[in-house]
Amino acid sequence: MTPGGGSGPMKDCEYSQISTHSSSSPMESPHKKKKAAPKRKWEVFPGRNKFFCNGRIMMARQTGVFYLTLVLILVTSGLFFAFDCPYLSEKITPAIPAIGGILFFFVMGTLLRTSFSDPGVLPRATPDEAADLERQIGNTEDIANGSSSGGYRPPPRTKEVIINGQTVKLKYCFTCKIFRPPRASHCSLCDNCVERFDHHCPWVGNCVGKRNYRFFYMFILSLSFLTVFIFAFVITHIILRSQQTGFLNALKDSPARYPFIK
Amino acid sequence: MASEAHDLQELRRSASLATKVFVQRDYSDGTLCQFQTKFPLELDSRLERQLFEETVKTLNGFYAEAEKIGGSSYLEGCLACATAYFIFLCMETHYEKVLKKIAKYIQEQNEQVYAPRGLLLTDPVERGMRVIEISIYEDRCSSRSTSSRSSSSGGGGGR
Repeated sequence: MTPGGGSGPMKDCEYSQISTHSSSSPMESPHKKKKAAPKRKWEVFPGRNKFFCNGRIMMARQTGVFYLTLVLILVTSGLFFAFDCPYLSEKITPAIPAIGGILFFFVMGTLLRTSFSDPGVLPRATPDEAADLERQIGNTEDIANGSSSGGYRPPPRTKEVIINGQTVKLKYCFTCKIFRPPRASHCSLCDNCVERFDHHCPWVGNCVGKRNYRFFYMFILSLSFLTVFIFAFVITHIILRSQQTGFLNALKDSPARYPFIK
Repeated sequence: MASEAHDLQELRRSASLATKVFVQRDYSDGTLCQFQTKFPLELDSRLERQLFEETVKTLNGFYAEAEKIGGSSYLEGCLACATAYFIFLCMETHYEKVLKKIAKYIQEQNEQVYAPRGLLLTDPVERGMRVIEISIYEDRCSSRSTSSRSSSSGGGGGR
């Protein structure tokens, strides 16, 4: 049994041992590497992603459309809460802004979660693993062809595995140098292999894959409800006002009147 | 033990990486995370088959437990959905808890079984759950640590 005190230095030791090939550790003094500060994984990430907040937020490179999405949602919801909700909460029930608020909270929460989280990026193969794979493929090809291993031969593109009795072909990714697991795919925009890759969504500014699919789905669902909700109550607002003052006057009254009150 | 920690540091300084063995995923029972228990031939002289199999089988058990869909994971999912996943800012998911257990188990295995034999397990999570990477170290100075000498003479003597 190992006491807690012994596992402390062991943990540092183990961690730096694993990451020795990619970054230098403070313990390796006699080696030729200078004492550089260990770099975080996001600082040396090989894909085309942008990181914020010390690696807590991970997005695609092109984020312009994401800001558009934010603006559209905020402006629409803002206008709804400012102009329709006061009238509707008086006339019908104050539950309307309450439910609208909850929906808005859901939409923003899930949107930010989808955009900022890791979709399930597969780390690229370490040079050792890539070399081992090429060596293995080279060996099997030699046995198959009966020729001696000469110059560089590119690895074959597929590997067959049997999943639940069915043969599935795993494709080889030349960028990441791995055989992709089933349902993984390479996103050309982010230059990463993503597990259970659905699509790259520019509206959300990120790939949608295994690890953020649930957030994306909730975002789409809650956004649909929010849109239908806002649309329904805006129509209700106009109808109620036009019952009082006529349709054209209703359009003049709200929201046109508000900017001129003060 | 502190002496074992010291041995691992000594091993790292005196040893050089000889080669790495990669234990691939076992897809025969579906796409759940399981690793092959087939013994890699490069480890033949270094490690007993049953120790290796035991490690891999325990890891497979952990991964099955992590991905298990039961009452508690269902409730966790419903609660998370109802709070727009904000609940995960406060608590860990069941999967993350099991990943922590796995990390601890691998560290423990490295200290007790693998490091004395000049081997090192890498947590599969660092490689995207695709392989278990086992690094084989060659001990340059054989007079240094006695643990490595006992490992070259067939290992498992102290066990």
